[in-house]
Amino acid sequence: MSSNKKYWKSVEELNEGSSIVETLKNNEFVEEIPVEDFLGDKEALTSSSTSRRDFLKFVGFSTAAASLAACEGPVHKSIPYVVQPEQIVPGVWDMYATTFFDGFDFANLLVKTREGRPIKIENNKIAGAKFSANARVHASILSMYDSMRLKQPKVNGKNATWDEVNAAVKAGLAKGGKKVVLTGTIASPTTQKLINEFLAAHPGAEHIQYDAVSSSTALDAFEQVYGERGLVDYDFGKSDLILSIGADLLGDWQGGGYENGYTQGRIPHQGKMSRHIQFEANMTLSGANADRRVPMTPTQQKQALALVYNIVSGAGDASSLDAKLKAEVVKAAQQLKQAGSRGVVVSGIDDKDAQLVVLGINQTLASQAFVNAPIRQIRKGSDSKIQAFLSDLTSGKIGSLIMSGVNPAYTLPNPQPFVDAVKKLPLSVSFTTREDETAEICKVAAAAPHFLESWGDLMLTKGTYSLTQPTIRPLFNTKQFEESLLEWNGSQASYYDYLRANSAAYLVGTSWNKAVHDGVFVNAVQGVAGGAGNFSASASALAGAKSLGKFELTLYTKTGLGDGQQANNPWLQEFPDPITRVSWDNYVTISKFDADKLGLENKIVANGGLNGSYATITVGDKKLQNVPVIVQPGQAHGTIGMSVGYGRKASMQKEMQVGINAYALYNAFNSVQGADVKAESGEHEFACVQSQKTLMGRGDIIKETTLDVFNKENAEVWNPMPMVSLDHKETPVTKVDLWESFDSTTGHHFNLSIDLNACTGCGACVIACHAENNVPVVGKSEVRRSRDMHWLRIDRYYSSEETFEKDNEKKDNFDGLFGDKGSLGGFGEMELPADNPQVAFQPVMCQHCNHAPCETVCPVAATSHSRQGHNHMAYNRCVGTRYCANNCPYKVRRFNWFLYNNNEEFPFHMQDDLGRMVLNPDVNVRSRGVMEKCSFCIQKTQATILAAKREGRAVGKDEFETACSAACSTGSMSFGDVNNQDDPIFALKNSDRMYHLLEHVGTQPNVFYHVKVRNV
Amino acid sequence: MKKVGNHNSILKTLFFSLALILTSSSVVLGQEAAPAAAAPAAEAAAAPAGAGDPVKGKALFNTNCAACHKLDAKSTGPALRGVAEKHQMSWIYDWVHNSSAMIKAGDAAAVKLFEENNKSVMTAFPQLSTADIDNIIAYTSQPKAEPAVGAAGTAGPPGTAASDSGISNNAILIALCVVLLILVAALVMANRVLTNIAAKNGIEVAPKEKSLPIWVAFARNQFLVLVSSILLLLAAGYFFYGWAMQVGVDQDYEPIQPIHYSHRIHAGSNGIDCKYCHSAARVGKNAGIPSLNVCMNCHKNISEVSDTTATAEHSKAFYDGEIAKLYDAVGWDKSTQKYTGKTHPVKWVRIHNLPDFVYFNHSQHVTVAGIECQTCHGPVQTFELMKQFSPLTMGWCVNCHRKTDVKMEGNEYYAKIHDQLAKKYGVDKLTAAQMGGLECGKCHY
Repeated sequence: MSSNKKYWKSVEELNEGSSIVETLKNNEFVEEIPVEDFLGDKEALTSSSTSRRDFLKFVGFSTAAASLAACEGPVHKSIPYVVQPEQIVPGVWDMYATTFFDGFDFANLLVKTREGRPIKIENNKIAGAKFSANARVHASILSMYDSMRLKQPKVNGKNATWDEVNAAVKAGLAKGGKKVVLTGTIASPTTQKLINEFLAAHPGAEHIQYDAVSSSTALDAFEQVYGERGLVDYDFGKSDLILSIGADLLGDWQGGGYENGYTQGRIPHQGKMSRHIQFEANMTLSGANADRRVPMTPTQQKQALALVYNIVSGAGDASSLDAKLKAEVVKAAQQLKQAGSRGVVVSGIDDKDAQLVVLGINQTLASQAFVNAPIRQIRKGSDSKIQAFLSDLTSGKIGSLIMSGVNPAYTLPNPQPFVDAVKKLPLSVSFTTREDETAEICKVAAAAPHFLESWGDLMLTKGTYSLTQPTIRPLFNTKQFEESLLEWNGSQASYYDYLRANSAAYLVGTSWNKAVHDGVFVNAVQGVAGGAGNFSASASALAGAKSLGKFELTLYTKTGLGDGQQANNPWLQEFPDPITRVSWDNYVTISKFDADKLGLENKIVANGGLNGSYATITVGDKKLQNVPVIVQPGQAHGTIGMSVGYGRKASMQKEMQVGINAYALYNAFNSVQGADVKAESGEHEFACVQSQKTLMGRGDIIKETTLDVFNKENAEVWNPMPMVSLDHKETPVTKVDLWESFDSTTGHHFNLSIDLNACTGCGACVIACHAENNVPVVGKSEVRRSRDMHWLRIDRYYSSEETFEKDNEKKDNFDGLFGDKGSLGGFGEMELPADNPQVAFQPVMCQHCNHAPCETVCPVAATSHSRQGHNHMAYNRCVGTRYCANNCPYKVRRFNWFLYNNNEEFPFHMQDDLGRMVLNPDVNVRSRGVMEKCSFCIQKTQATILAAKREGRAVGKDEFETACSAACSTGSMSFGDVNNQDDPIFALKNSDRMYHLLEHVGTQPNVFYHVKVRNV
Repeated sequence: MKKVGNHNSILKTLFFSLALILTSSSVVLGQEAAPAAAAPAAEAAAAPAGAGDPVKGKALFNTNCAACHKLDAKSTGPALRGVAEKHQMSWIYDWVHNSSAMIKAGDAAAVKLFEENNKSVMTAFPQLSTADIDNIIAYTSQPKAEPAVGAAGTAGPPGTAASDSGISNNAILIALCVVLLILVAALVMANRVLTNIAAKNGIEVAPKEKSLPIWVAFARNQFLVLVSSILLLLAAGYFFYGWAMQVGVDQDYEPIQPIHYSHRIHAGSNGIDCKYCHSAARVGKNAGIPSLNVCMNCHKNISEVSDTTATAEHSKAFYDGEIAKLYDAVGWDKSTQKYTGKTHPVKWVRIHNLPDFVYFNHSQHVTVAGIECQTCHGPVQTFELMKQFSPLTMGWCVNCHRKTDVKMEGNEYYAKIHDQLAKKYGVDKLTAAQMGGLECGKCHY
């Protein structure tokens, strides 16, 4: 049976008294047009000294002036190269393979360059390159064109040359004291070698690796069992049952990048798909995608993990968990046991015992996802070493501190002692791309290049080598950390030569040029094998875990900003969080249950914006004042969540100095802390893209079913076609039409397929679309006014059916407004559905309807249909009536309220010359007063067709792609030509699961979705 | 869309022909054919230095030596005029037959020469007999011909010829005025004489009945006023529309460029293929302005133009000066035949400016469709200075897309779609419009 459940987008909708929801339902535009402001003030109108005649004169004059100015065209200069590099042909792009690693994110990439400047990041899909770019990596290209980067080295806060830097460093090193090299995780074998050479040349020196967001407990546990530091690169594609206890495995847990394997098993294939059970406190992407999600406090998670271990290892099921939770855990553990080697357990609990138990369970299961899985090298930091270093530093044992890629003055929970000690050091150096909080206090702020300007090698997983190559000449007077190390080690070689020579050690059976070309080389993968430990002791330690306090706070990293390195990136700031749909902020998330108790609330105010209460968070003796509050469905009772990465100030543009620094609560590098919450007065204005369109009660937007129904019933049952009455007969809506059909059988006909089972909501497509199509950034206050310009949005819906209790049925049986089954009282009682909803993500872009409602209402024919299935938008023809946006049932059209480029009111990348270098020259930069929308990346399809024409061949079956489909590494989005039967899109279109968004409207879109199947 | 601005040119033609009738009716213009350039006949007159024949020598020089040597200027090798005075003939024979052997053997003069010329090895010419070499030397020993300046004013400053004809035009006009004045005077005098005669003879001339002035009569005739106002307004509207439609259309835009680059010489006289320099047109969206290293492929050796290249408008010295500008820009030292590294990129004035909202791709038209460059850019091989030949309006694009058949033969890409569309439209050849080339989004995104 198809689920006709109600979806809701906001807590506000639970409030049956909310007139706002009702108003929004009836109003397509959130904001009233301010006619009253303009004409209502009679006094202002009459007191104005401008008469009607004057006004007409001004109009006449400005019209004449404008037309006169338009007569004379500007003179453009064209400056060709003096000597043109052989590879560069103006107007033709080049792709370079490279690898990203900033100590937090990592990915194998292809970088698209035009006329020598990188403009877009794509996934490297060559065999061996397994890590694809997330939203932050896609956005990292804009961070290179950041005018607030450190443009030259500084010594004592003054601009300096590199010779002065070297002199200062040599003098400092000569002064004695312990020398410490503090870096982020070094995954590069060559950099590590250089650091080792430096340490050897300076006896007593120490190298310390510091991860801002620590994975130390997992590393310690792995080291204890397997004798080396590393993280398991689980392959979730090999699991039928995934049990995650507090691990955001689709987010940044252990570095992230697990979604590709995960989604492999999530698409039903021959009646089978994997089952994902998630126990967690915060609502995460993983929880949102899970088949069964059980909210638990971190303490309960520990007990649950212990219980799972005990059941799997056959040690009974005694537990102090309360009965309901215990039943859930026991059920999950039994399913896990049943799955055997096709099951896997992961945990994100920052506790060595917990991580040991995880290893123990997976060993016991002989989990295929775990055994022989590659070993990740992307986190190496050790909390105890950092603590030792900090005490050394504050006690004055350290003489020289050389840092690279870290910002402890911002990321340490208690940075003040560090700052004071560093200021006193004879030598402190920080290699950084920007003058951040740490570089500000260092003697030497060494300007480091962006990764797109650097050479390097990386061992992301053991035995697999990835290379980083520059795609542009350094924009500023920068120098790589490695280059300086070479100089300080007394070498004359350039880092490139050193790297190339060193690479011979691992590039076995391949040439350097081929390795650079491919970007990746697989030598000999060493997987997880052997290892033993006493896990039951750890399990019993876990079972006895005690609650940490009134509230348990779980710190997390947001999909947008991660650990905060790219906080000055406007694309990422404007990126709406997949779960809360809030941009430009961090906040504390709290359950509705606790919020009601504390008097905290979220409400939608008259202009459609979301307002939230403020609260003070206390952890130990630390207080964060006035943290805005988001009431988060699915948040476990007695827990709160808050993301790190915000609240940066140093070398940040004013507009992007948003949020509050939650690293202050990251005591002992443990993401879970006992906390207290106190309501404060005042309201915070969020920039939330969430509640402006209410879709309640429209069940055919996301169709979903269960695996059971999917397997047993016909497609008509779980994917019914809407019927209408034609000549008093029930007729499928697709057979009834007011329109004359376009002939779409000739040539190409493009379709985009979106599989809701594989979409994790990660948002990589949103940023890829931003980069490809020159989508402007509008800023916080404009987003709040619902004027965000994203061509592609990922709607997030909470459902209210799948709950612990069966309150759900109650809601379906609402009868009238009042009484026992009345909806007025009913919603108030239905607290539980909000407590732990199911979640679905749905990417929505222009649906490119074959019978497009927008086309018929355009008075100037600016939007029109093509026989290739595009809904074209000719910006130069558009006069901005916005009729099309009114008539679009999907609300995907975006209006340029302002000129967003070269406008001081919007001081983002399009405002400065450097930032504009990221613009795609193949796509128009739209001006004020025109509509814009997704174009199906027509520039890309046109380029593909042209390449085929030039080479005199037919277009291959998987050549066509859009920016979003190329960025989608999970395979959710797929783009192609449905007139080509070999194209995978053809099979997808003819799948039983295929449906169109709002089919009953009869728009016949060229975007189609696949029914979401849950393995409940 | 038809270009409405055309009536402008009709009007211009009208005015122009009126003026032409006025002027040409009286006197034939004083333009004379410019005297033929004096033949550089010096070589025939010069006495041969040795036994060689300078005429045969010239032919040999051009086939064998000219790639690296010039008579009067250093090229890859040194200038060769008067080389016989610098070396013994026997030394020259040896050198030409095998110079590297001489250098190896340590011949002082040979080594010195080798060092002076950037150590570039001269190709050995064992096939040249001593007689041949004599002929060449005879050619190189001819005294330098004085440029035939002044003989007939071939290289006169530009515009001289035009001002000549201007003066004669003025003279005609003055003469015409004088004639007219005389005629007026004659008429006045005749009138006076006739009046006097009438007065003397006592003939009464009946006073003319005073009628309304014509403009008053016109103003009183309301119908006429109405009709003429309507006509006036219509005409004004017509012309305003015509004017407005040419706003932003830069047809015939011919800006002065930092280097006077003549397509006439390169594409016309020398017949260089367009895509030799504009190679990006084959693969890219832009045809590309060639980078200066492409110029230097040829201009390393061509530091001056030949005498026949000069025109009435531009002298040889002028063109040589432009080549010198190229050398300055690319940082080429002519005397040492080396790059100095001091470059001054050329800031060309862009002629074809499509607005940002139009996507145009050269390779689509040049490589796929095989359209001649001249179809859109005009007879560039005759242009002294490059100009925008076509209006580049949307109407112009669309008209061509409507009329032009797509070149599909032998292109696998079109195989399927051609069959489908040919059936649909019942035609064998398909135009770009039938392929969907008129859809907005094909060019606007």
